[in-house]
Amino acid sequence: MITFDGVTKRYADGTVAVDDLHLEAPTGEITVFVGPSGCGKTTSLRMINRMIDATHGTISLDGVDVRTIDPPTLRRGIGYVIQQAGLFPHRTIVDNIATVPHLLGWSRKKARAHALELLDRVGLAPELAGRYPFQLSGGQQQRVGVARALAADPPVLLMDEPFSAVDPVVRTSLQDELLRLQAELNKTIVFVTHDIDEAIKLGDRVAVLRVGGRLAQVAAPAALLSAPADEFVAEFLGRDRGIRRLSFVSDASLRLRPDLTVPASSPVSEAAGRAASAQSPWLAVVDAGDRPLGWVNPAELPRDGTLEGVRLLPYGTFVHGRDSLRTALDAALLSPSGCAIAVAEDGGAVVGVATRESLDEALALAASDVGNGDPANG
Amino acid sequence: MGEEPSIWEYFTRNWSTGQPGSIDTLLGDHIVMSLLPIVAALAFAIPIGLACVRWRLLYQPTAGLVNIIYALPSLALFGVFLAVTGLSQATVIIPLTFYAVAVLVPAVVDGLRSVPEHVRQSAVAMGFTPLRRLTRVELPLAAPVVLAGLRVAAVSSISLVSVGALVGMGGLGYLFIRAWQIDYFAPAIVGIVGIVLLALIVDGILVVSQRLLTPWVRARRSG
Repeated sequence: MITFDGVTKRYADGTVAVDDLHLEAPTGEITVFVGPSGCGKTTSLRMINRMIDATHGTISLDGVDVRTIDPPTLRRGIGYVIQQAGLFPHRTIVDNIATVPHLLGWSRKKARAHALELLDRVGLAPELAGRYPFQLSGGQQQRVGVARALAADPPVLLMDEPFSAVDPVVRTSLQDELLRLQAELNKTIVFVTHDIDEAIKLGDRVAVLRVGGRLAQVAAPAALLSAPADEFVAEFLGRDRGIRRLSFVSDASLRLRPDLTVPASSPVSEAAGRAASAQSPWLAVVDAGDRPLGWVNPAELPRDGTLEGVRLLPYGTFVHGRDSLRTALDAALLSPSGCAIAVAEDGGAVVGVATRESLDEALALAASDVGNGDPANG
Repeated sequence: MGEEPSIWEYFTRNWSTGQPGSIDTLLGDHIVMSLLPIVAALAFAIPIGLACVRWRLLYQPTAGLVNIIYALPSLALFGVFLAVTGLSQATVIIPLTFYAVAVLVPAVVDGLRSVPEHVRQSAVAMGFTPLRRLTRVELPLAAPVVLAGLRVAAVSSISLVSVGALVGMGGLGYLFIRAWQIDYFAPAIVGIVGIVLLALIVDGILVVSQRLLTPWVRARRSG
């Protein structure tokens, strides 16, 4: 655990970058520092590995004051990922990754073998090992940056806006990759960003800082969205807070109807009968493997023949038991039926249908929790 | 006076005579007097350059001073040192060291400044000690710019040594004086060709060593 205890950074010219910060970054979790520029988030991060020393207060790693540790020794035990990756242009990829093991005095052979493992772990091809950094794309360089930070297996990882210089598609994949790695590695990560969406996606806890280096609020992302501490935090979180908060509400509260599906091989007349007895104009058509094909309104169809060849209307799905209420709502809004199709994680067979009524109930339940700090199922 | 020998004849006749003024001796002197200043200047320029990067205020006065030194006519400087060091190679080597320092200090400063800030920061964050960061990261990355400065300094030094002939220590430059004395151009041609060839060879060696020392720069061009 990293503990900030009354930490202040005041520069010689009187500027206060960080003002009396009290904060804990729990072991094995991702703590995100987020805020506008000038809020002291990077300064706070750099005080952890003593690239900047605090003016007042104490930062401790598992109870040990970082100022009692010699900076190079301290830093070799803390992984660090920087915005533009900061790779050494004059060293090959494998040597870049092996930097800290090399500084720690590992044998060259062991350091390189370990570096090759890490290259694989961050999803890069072994052929890249002998290349120089400029021969890699921005996203690949950033993956190397992560591999380099992990090379000596440090318990703590500091990440300073690591994904802000790459395009949105690559950024999303790097974020997913980080979450996947974190699920395996359980590092204590402090992540700095100015992007609130990134903070909400990655953080187990999000610390919002305001200009002048004051902590505005620290909370789990869902709690932040449902109960911002003040106007500043609410404004920083931006629009659609309510909708975004649904990302943290599970689909468990959604009542699914099993009776609104019909196989494509069924005659239209049978489909019409089923719709009538279910008291729903819409039915989800499924294939022989129960996978969804689209929606029909049997009342609008000629009464002869089967559903094969009938024009089906678009549909949206969510994975039952894994996706959030937000995904379910989104799926419902992608179909003229206004209903979302729940599918199984394995195979994609239809599990049931979330109707507008059941979505309405689930949304009402989620809304009733707002302001309590922790949302339902959060 | 007999018939004037051809340039080639002059060269072969005077190559290794064992006398003062033998071309092989002149060439040896020329190499020592032109390259020793380069090596010495590099040893001075690296710490001076480092100091200028570390304490920014130092750079402008230092740059002004080295420019003034560079502007001093070489002959005048040789004359001054003739009074101090007499008729020795030092009379040429010391002024040429000044000139080379004047070229290399800006090269070292520019080279160190060309190291990207995020690279420097990540070296700090990874736990490099200051000395190790300098020798393993900053100087290697400054090397291409420093080597470019070294090429300029080396070629100009090789050319300037010949001016030393006017104070009696000029390596191959002696051949120009000789041509004047005997009123006959062959020695001057031998001197010019010798100096140009020497400059080309030294420059070639520096280019090759640059490629060997900084493979990532070559890879960048072809990549």
